[in-house]
Amino acid sequence: MPFIPHTSEDEKQMLDTIGVDSIDSLFDEIPKSLNNADLEILPSGISEMSMLRLMSERAEQDTVTSCFLGAGAYDHHIPSAVWDLAARGEFLTAYTPYQAEASQGTLQLIYEFQTMISRLTAMDVANASVYDGATALAEAVLMAVRGNKKSKSRRLLCAGTVHPSYLSTCRTIVSNQNIEIDLIPYSSSTGTIDRSSLDYRLGQDYAGMVIPYPNFFGGLEHIDALTNWAHDQGMLVIAVVNPLALALLRAPGDWGEDGADITVGEAQPFGIPVCSGGPYLGYMCCRKSLVRQMPGRIIGRTIDLDGKEGFALTLQAREQHIRRAKATSNICTNQGLLVTAATIYLSLLGQEGLRSVAAKSHNNMVSLIHKVSSIPGVSLRFPSPFFHEAVFQLPKPAYKILRAMEGQGVLGGYDLGQVSQDLANCMLTNTTEKKTDSDLEFFVDVLTEAVKEC
Amino acid sequence: MTKFAEDRCYLETHEWAKLEEDGTVVVGISDHAQEALGDVVFVELPELGLDLEAKSEVGVVESVKAASDIYSPVSGVICAINEQLEESPEIVNDSPYDKGWFFKITASDPEEFSSLLSVEKYREICEE
Repeated sequence: MPFIPHTSEDEKQMLDTIGVDSIDSLFDEIPKSLNNADLEILPSGISEMSMLRLMSERAEQDTVTSCFLGAGAYDHHIPSAVWDLAARGEFLTAYTPYQAEASQGTLQLIYEFQTMISRLTAMDVANASVYDGATALAEAVLMAVRGNKKSKSRRLLCAGTVHPSYLSTCRTIVSNQNIEIDLIPYSSSTGTIDRSSLDYRLGQDYAGMVIPYPNFFGGLEHIDALTNWAHDQGMLVIAVVNPLALALLRAPGDWGEDGADITVGEAQPFGIPVCSGGPYLGYMCCRKSLVRQMPGRIIGRTIDLDGKEGFALTLQAREQHIRRAKATSNICTNQGLLVTAATIYLSLLGQEGLRSVAAKSHNNMVSLIHKVSSIPGVSLRFPSPFFHEAVFQLPKPAYKILRAMEGQGVLGGYDLGQVSQDLANCMLTNTTEKKTDSDLEFFVDVLTEAVKEC
Repeated sequence: MTKFAEDRCYLETHEWAKLEEDGTVVVGISDHAQEALGDVVFVELPELGLDLEAKSEVGVVESVKAASDIYSPVSGVICAINEQLEESPEIVNDSPYDKGWFFKITASDPEEFSSLLSVEKYREICEE
């Protein structure tokens, strides 16, 4: 479809027809005080040639050769076929087409994505994705408040080990609907939630509880005990899960007696490169009884008049084009292109491939912890079981050590001093399957030097 | 031909209400409403024991092309819901005044019943 912009004459004609002077006056009802976007600080445009030169110069400044930084976005290998296929013209769009059913290929792909995510998480239904892991959590919180028939509460409990950026995004979104999130403090010795710290919440009315898995520190929470406790209190359980970890660990649908009610997370590890600020890929699934509370698009498989298989948008009465102000969410966009990449990634790896990526990532972390423990003053901060990320206690402030390591081309991890003063001497470090033994050795050498220097 | 059941009262929003001998009020949607909605695919019903005000939202009826809120004609407590609608929502289309009822209310103020629309009045509204 060609893109035909309207000319200034077209604009004038349209404005005359509706009897308005200017386009700006169409926005008169927005209070002037809100109109504070000052774009004057932006430089004026430059030519493509100058831009490419500027960007290559900037790229050359990036001297990091080895990345051990995770904290929510992970540097996994991406098979070349993933983006070769995803970037084909037929797929290269960020949107579900507006005449959705005319694009059977796109719908089939999203259907496959939903199926894979449902199977990985052992949940009944998955949607076609949302913006990212953090907004997926916010949507899950809104969903729990709407969907919990036993509770009228607008408060939720959340493990204090949830990703801090997820928490702040979530609060930004849900606070406008007067929803509060109470944090459960984590144990400073294990880096996970103590079952005993829940007791003083007994008998309080909460719509749901958020359980991250692995948690922000890479540790594994006591999912069964937490799930059962929350269900006993009439709460819905929201699992925030790295889907790659599910190749090895127990799926949220099987947690405790009844399983999690809603599962969300970030699917960036599935074929999406790490880049500052995204775009990333949020996934979202739930049990069948909650599906009418789930936001976003859902693709269903059906048969047409001739009995042939086809794909269609389904359960659209939840969405804003039908339900208007009462829609489950007014953020209906899915990450079409990234869903395409993730689906191709998962289908190329298959069950075994995914399991071996997860196992190699974990084993690399086991080796790294072992190697690092020989450095004086460096130790594992929390003894809890972990997946592919863990916290190292350092003898000096983490930001100093990380800066020194970066000088040697190694992004050593995430400075936890940004999260809590108590963890100022701690860094959060990740290994993926990409790391070789010599990468791990190099990390240890660089860290040893950095500890001495600082 | 759209049917208008004679033995009950109506709301402008197309719910009907019928006073039973035991004093409870049965609620459903009119034949006119089910025709306008088309094939009903889902009905979200209230929880038993829910205490509600007259004219408040109490559920949602969803068809292939629309979703509409259901309002309660009177104040009171939900004392029964039509569980058959969960498995077979199409009975709202087949039998809107009988098998396709939504829920029953123990009315807290019987006076409210008299402020509802008569069948004649409701028929007029629909035919406008």
